[in-house]
Amino acid sequence: MTMVNNKKLGLFAVSAIAVVVLPFLVGGALGNSWVRILDFALLYVMLALGLNMVVGFAGLLDLGFIAFYAVGAYSYALLSSPHFGLHLPFYITIPIGAVLAAFFGILLGTPVLRLKGDYLAIVTLGFGEIIRIFINNLNAPINITNGPQGVNLIDPIQVGGFSFGKSFELFGQTFSNVYLYYYFFLVLTVGVVIMAWRLQHSRIGRAWVALREDDIAAAAMGINIRNIKLLAFALGALSGGVAGGLFSAFQGFVSPESFSLIESIMILAMIVLGGMGNIAGVVLGAVMLTIAPEILRSTIGPLQMAVFGKTIVDPENARMLLFGLAMVVMMLVRPEGAWPSKRRRMEFQDAKKGVSHG
Amino acid sequence: MDIFVQQILNGLVLGSIYALIALGYTMVYGIMGLINFAHGEVVMFGAMVTISVISALMNAGINLPGPLLVLIGLMISIPACMLLGFVIERVAYRPLRNAPRLAPLITAIGLSIVLQQVAILIWGRNYIPFPPILSHDTITILGASITKLQVIIIVLCLVIMAGLLVMVERTKLGRAMRATSQNPSVAGLMGVSVNKVISATFVIGSGLGAIAGVMVATNYDQAHYYMGFLIGLKAFTAAVLGGIGNLGGAVAGGILLGIIESLGAGYIGTLTGGFLGSNYQDIFAFMVLIMVLIFRPSGLLGEKMADRA
Repeated sequence: MTMVNNKKLGLFAVSAIAVVVLPFLVGGALGNSWVRILDFALLYVMLALGLNMVVGFAGLLDLGFIAFYAVGAYSYALLSSPHFGLHLPFYITIPIGAVLAAFFGILLGTPVLRLKGDYLAIVTLGFGEIIRIFINNLNAPINITNGPQGVNLIDPIQVGGFSFGKSFELFGQTFSNVYLYYYFFLVLTVGVVIMAWRLQHSRIGRAWVALREDDIAAAAMGINIRNIKLLAFALGALSGGVAGGLFSAFQGFVSPESFSLIESIMILAMIVLGGMGNIAGVVLGAVMLTIAPEILRSTIGPLQMAVFGKTIVDPENARMLLFGLAMVVMMLVRPEGAWPSKRRRMEFQDAKKGVSHG
Repeated sequence: MDIFVQQILNGLVLGSIYALIALGYTMVYGIMGLINFAHGEVVMFGAMVTISVISALMNAGINLPGPLLVLIGLMISIPACMLLGFVIERVAYRPLRNAPRLAPLITAIGLSIVLQQVAILIWGRNYIPFPPILSHDTITILGASITKLQVIIIVLCLVIMAGLLVMVERTKLGRAMRATSQNPSVAGLMGVSVNKVISATFVIGSGLGAIAGVMVATNYDQAHYYMGFLIGLKAFTAAVLGGIGNLGGAVAGGILLGIIESLGAGYIGTLTGGFLGSNYQDIFAFMVLIMVLIFRPSGLLGEKMADRA
């Protein structure tokens, strides 16, 4: 028993150290742009974990998740940028964005309480598009979102007098601000992981699983289906909202383009390919799907130049093509994802043998 | 009043195209119980292939009257889309027929992305204009104008839909389709080849999608690799509005949605005192979808169901 615990503790310590020193290794070897990609990977981990609460735990298929990210991002952008001349600090704007996103989560959740499966997917997709269309068009007659141009010059995160917007000096060396954001995001990501973990193993998490497996049986067991569904939407949206606010601060610029349907699909794909319902799998999926396209982006072009002497397939095109193919092939070959939870793996094995699940 | 009639006419044109696409969704849903997310891409391919064929013929110096060129284009794009539909079913849906419901949905989305990217590879990212070979003469009805082309679109849609209904009600294949949609395993026991029926459903739906794609391209004078997404979504809304799985419902839902959308776009400015403009046209379909699913999930003509799973 102690042996196992020691082993686990050792593994934990090693991975913790690895995560802490990772940006310096990556930054030293590949440059700051790759640290920036790591920052985005952490943002996507937060988003994917948020969506995982809705899709993975509660089994409610949501294709409009990016809307909550957008709500969080625009709340931060409008409250701390020259657009309205407001410059509220992040510890006010990020919670406002998160609460607003959760409110929108409930707003979406209430009318669709009776829907399941494909229908829920389509309605949430429609909801996501409605939000995007509004953001895109709310620049007239009153300019609220600045329309397709987006909001820029958004304030960076500021702690005391220290701004995350500039590079900083440490031990005589100058480091880019991407390192600061890495640790800031890391702390919050760990927070979201802990929240997801605690929820999964709580009364609420078990109620979500019951809801996912069989809602009628769950209701018969005394679970309040309505509240538990709304809670899933709200908590998922909350994580999305936090990630959105961070995105705004980090990027310094938001526009409706960042919140299109393909982003929702991307986050769903992270969950599905990583292993739905399993926190470690979802983290793996998010990291893989953020980093793999960047590796492709930087290799496809030069590779084609080397082999054919010219660019035949535009890298962005090839990247999306491979992404689509990966989704199809993964579903056909390993529908439970790369790192599924034990329960889900068994379900899929049963499905292959033809055992019915209701 | 003129605006009203004009918007109704626009709605009819739009709605009959939606109806044609909605039939593809509703047929597949009726038989397999799943939403074919890649159907919009089939519509897009229909438009693109037709434009390519017409351009190739014109570049080769073959001078034929416009309608004949379109017909030749359709002769090639319809079988091409039928093949595409057949392959989609084989690759993305058949291996997952007994898998959990999420799996075919994900493959469909993945396939839809792949098809869009393939379209970019072939035709590029830009809008492709429809060759100016069809006349845009207008006729005036009750003070509103409509092009002859649009009249042809409406009539053609109605004829095709009537033909489909007759096919489903009267032919052997139609009977097999109805049997499969009621109960696939019992239909199999009765000697219906379920796999063939499902393939046939995809092939027919895709053929209709190809025709609809060409109609969209002629109506807007352009085609684009991403055009399938929004039109597919709206057609799906039409299918839900009419009662999914019900052919007549898809037709009614399509036409109704087209009219709602164009009336909405025409009057939203006046209704909201100029706060919202016609650039919000696309939200109507989503609003209708959400409203229908909340208040009448079985649709206008669908059978009563406890819930939508």
